[in-house]
Amino acid sequence: MSFSKELVKGIWKENPVFILVLGMCPVLAVTTSAMNGIGMGVAATFVLLCSNIVISLIRSIVPDRVRIPVFIVVIASFVTIVDLVMSGYFRSLHHSLGLFIPLIVVNCIILGRAEAFASKNSIFLSIADGIGMGAGFTVALVILGSIRELFGNGTVFNYQLFGGGYEPILVMILPPGAFLTLGLLTGLFAALEKK
Amino acid sequence: MMKEIIRLTVVLTCVCMVAGLALSYVNAATKEARAYQDRLEKLNALNLVLPDHDNEADKDIIEVSGVTYYLSMKDGAINGVAFESSSEKGYSGLITVMVGVLPEGKIKAIGILSQKETPGLGSKIDEDWFKGQYAGKTLDGANWAVKKDGGDFDQISGATISPRAVTAAVKDGLTSYAQNKMEILGGSDVIQ
Repeated sequence: MSFSKELVKGIWKENPVFILVLGMCPVLAVTTSAMNGIGMGVAATFVLLCSNIVISLIRSIVPDRVRIPVFIVVIASFVTIVDLVMSGYFRSLHHSLGLFIPLIVVNCIILGRAEAFASKNSIFLSIADGIGMGAGFTVALVILGSIRELFGNGTVFNYQLFGGGYEPILVMILPPGAFLTLGLLTGLFAALEKK
Repeated sequence: MMKEIIRLTVVLTCVCMVAGLALSYVNAATKEARAYQDRLEKLNALNLVLPDHDNEADKDIIEVSGVTYYLSMKDGAINGVAFESSSEKGYSGLITVMVGVLPEGKIKAIGILSQKETPGLGSKIDEDWFKGQYAGKTLDGANWAVKKDGGDFDQISGATISPRAVTAAVKDGLTSYAQNKMEILGGSDVIQ
């Protein structure tokens, strides 16, 4: 196992969204625009990286039987920190992500990586895993958000891509659009992997 | 067995204590920034609906029957009043509006403070053409319903429920203002 291998696997081979299909609640809910995708991705990556580091550090002193409560306390603390900092310095992003920031606590990717990786591996590898998985999550959210924003609003990152006469396909930024896009992209990933 | 339980308790307690300390530190460190953002948000909302003023409208407030009225003043005389009003009749959840009126009760402008209407449909209540149609209206001088219901206000194509809720919220706010006008303006100088 090497640092670079752990780093890259999250982006492609074990992409948390398209391959592992974890953390679907924020994936479906916040990807109405590319910017929301980045905001959620960066926030989740920060929490994932910090919790991976802390959990890897304390893995030898935490008894098996209380490991899940300990992981949850660590994760919830970092989520609250993100929530407070975002509310103080990035207010408009905080508004558009709203409820989904506190919900990072129950994002299965983060607890999943704590349980499956950070509690069994060195801090060095856990950092790589956290960054890689976070990057994979962010990339997936941005792709989803861009596609939905493009068809649902005619823009990507607020840049008008289709001319002014474009009639938005509203359903793309409504909940069904999230399922449609996610389904098509997951299929595409599976097809590409097979080759 | 007993030893094991003690060990579990000690570890979990220590983890929680460290987490609590870290959180209280971050809470204290970001408190000022969050209060600043809160105030900025309120001032922005007030500035959008009130006439030009030279006071701090979020500090010159008066509370009458549970509603906070923000007073805007120029040279010491009241030239406008703003208040929040909300309606539960929206398509999804509460719609809260900020209404700014001239002292006699004519609407200066309205703003949407929070809404969870359908993006692209009901959320158009936050567009300027929609909010603009309330400017200049008075409680008695308008028919407070959307056009579909025989009133004066345009609905949005594909979304009638959200404009209905906004209209109801603005009307409610205006009604309370009219009822409590004497108390709100009190003995202060008023620019009509």
